[in-house]
Amino acid sequence: MRDDSPVNSFILLSLILSFAAVGGVNAVIPELHRQVVEGHGWLNDRQFADMFAIANASPGPNMLIVTLIGHSLGGVSGAILATLALCTPTCLLTYAVGHLWERFKDAPWRIAVQAGLIPVTVGLIAASAYLLARAADHSVAAYALTLSTAAFSYFTRLNPLWLMAVAAALGYGGFI
Amino acid sequence: MADSTASGAPDSVPTLSQIFFAFFGIAISGFGGVMPWAHRMLVERKNWLSHEKFAEDVALAQFLPGPNIINLSIVVGSRWRGPAGALAACVGLMIAPVILMITFGELYSRFGDASWLNGPLEGLSAWAVGLIVAMTAKLAKPMFHGRRYMAIFFAAVAFVAVGFLRVPLWWALIALAPLSVAAFWWRLR
Repeated sequence: MRDDSPVNSFILLSLILSFAAVGGVNAVIPELHRQVVEGHGWLNDRQFADMFAIANASPGPNMLIVTLIGHSLGGVSGAILATLALCTPTCLLTYAVGHLWERFKDAPWRIAVQAGLIPVTVGLIAASAYLLARAADHSVAAYALTLSTAAFSYFTRLNPLWLMAVAAALGYGGFI
Repeated sequence: MADSTASGAPDSVPTLSQIFFAFFGIAISGFGGVMPWAHRMLVERKNWLSHEKFAEDVALAQFLPGPNIINLSIVVGSRWRGPAGALAACVGLMIAPVILMITFGELYSRFGDASWLNGPLEGLSAWAVGLIVAMTAKLAKPMFHGRRYMAIFFAAVAFVAVGFLRVPLWWALIALAPLSVAAFWWRLR
């Protein structure tokens, strides 16, 4: 494996993107596309779109598109190394910060930080839900599906996976 | 507001294998986004975290770089069982999806077409957003029930800034969090 082979460069890119992904993964997908498709030409547009679809349709973090790209460039070892590059540094950082965070859990300032952070986070999650709905829902049927899933999941304790099968089937049939 | 944790009592601290399998379960259910499933598992099914504690942990996970759900697994796992707990949570979360991705990668390189996924994905994404909407409502409920107007105010500002004014999420977080924390500090003093 040469140092400048696509898989090595991609592993390095995963490492960098990992730190760029502040506030969620959606922020780095355009950058990933820019580097992988436009910059290096490792994949064409169609392949990138397919991999994005596969990662989103599979269970697990959507960021695993990185594992798929690593696989296409360097096989199983490429997939595993790209995933490790994505996870390891930020895991170590999170561990260190989380540790400190716990250590001060009874400090008065920490209680104020906690009380202040929660509403902002809830507002941010609400905003991403809104933006995701705008991006994902292209039809009245799609909005209806989003709202009925939300109601179903809010009011019942049933497993929402049942509704997922219906959603995927409706999508496959071209109703959404 | 400053709710005590649901995982306070020592007997309620999950074991390593419980942590591993909880995150394994979160990952394999997590179609189209994992966070609502983490909420469902950790808060609603296992009762390991309160809604408030979950929101606080998500705040920390969002603030730090890297995929939020992976950060959350580290924060939660390490609090319960130190480094081993963090590892159990993170590996539990990643193992099945990574194996699945490698399998799908093999299939894709052989058949090279995933365009048939586009139809089901339309339905799947609309469904996945619905789960996030429900999770948001559940997390926001204590604020409205308790009539915590200051909390509602800051949540609303964050929502408008990112949802309508399109401020990047992280910038909104570092701009609003200090203001919100200062306001609560002043009130709790």
